[in-house]
Amino acid sequence: MSVPGQYYLALGAVLFGIGALGLLVRRNVLVMFMCIELMLNAANLTFVSFARMLNDVGGQALVFFVLVVAAAEVVVGLGIVVAIFRRRSGTTADDLHVMKG
Amino acid sequence: MTTLMVVATLPDRITFGIAATIVILGAIGVVVSRNPVHAALMLVMTLFGVAVLFVAQGANFLAAVQVIVYAGAIVVLFLFVIMFLGVDRQENLADEPLPFQRPLAAALVVLGVAGLFFLAFGSHWSTGPHSVAGPVAGQSGGDVAALGRSVFTTYLFPFEITAALLVIAVVGAVVLARRPRAEAEAEAAAADAAAPAPRLDEPRPAGPDSEEAAALSPSEAMARAVAETVGAARPESGPPPAGDDGPAPGEAP
Repeated sequence: MSVPGQYYLALGAVLFGIGALGLLVRRNVLVMFMCIELMLNAANLTFVSFARMLNDVGGQALVFFVLVVAAAEVVVGLGIVVAIFRRRSGTTADDLHVMKG
Repeated sequence: MTTLMVVATLPDRITFGIAATIVILGAIGVVVSRNPVHAALMLVMTLFGVAVLFVAQGANFLAAVQVIVYAGAIVVLFLFVIMFLGVDRQENLADEPLPFQRPLAAALVVLGVAGLFFLAFGSHWSTGPHSVAGPVAGQSGGDVAALGRSVFTTYLFPFEITAALLVIAVVGAVVLARRPRAEAEAEAAAADAAAPAPRLDEPRPAGPDSEEAAALSPSEAMARAVAETVGAARPESGPPPAGDDGPAPGEAP
């Protein structure tokens, strides 16, 4: 058996915090997507930790679905990024001010 | 909750320490990397560390899926988009549109992580009975059989919904990546004016003829645009039509 589950939960919290910080600070859209992936991975790690601590396979099944949703989200999100920035210079989120009044 | 305070052996602790270090360093690298390509590679590092932690917790199938789907598909998709857009250039972090964004973000994140730490270490959970999914350990076939049994019995309907979700994502990606008709015609007209090479179809006066193009049916216009593109032997990564501002995005060497 591995180390106690609280360590995994703490690691997941730190990973989620780093991802959230990057999402709030960075302005490159692609890096922001990567930070979202970091947060999803932190949630996955927490789910697996709880699945082990509670001896319940539901957490692992939920991680399975999170993986599918993450794949779909990345596909659609990157499609939107490509569609927007096909004619623009950079992928900075501040360039997306066309809807500003 | 019965605390699983079983003694962890030294290799377990070493594995957790190394994997946690890899995860944290990779995550910090994603955030602080100026180059998006470096950020993507740091993301691969983090994902491998998380996969190691999955294995350490007995989730072997999820570790394999993590490596295959994340490191094999999603990060490659990221790198493909980075190279496609040609954005592997430095990000200007000097100008700050919102002056208090970074300290506020740091404060919020520190507060949230502190709360999560308090929940992880200083709380006493009381969990109810187990769900209907079944236990993960002590079953015949290991975690793969347990997960498969759970997904195909208890979570069968969500599993079916994921199939619909993936189809919707594929359709959405195709619709988003499809180029609008007017834009394709403008690009074909620009290529026609730029390089009046012998075309496949009948010779046609060069230049933007929007009235005629508007009168065409969509399939006919598409066929004509494709024929012009092929006839002009224009490379795929040619210059985009006259944009509004800035340099062309697709100027990767």
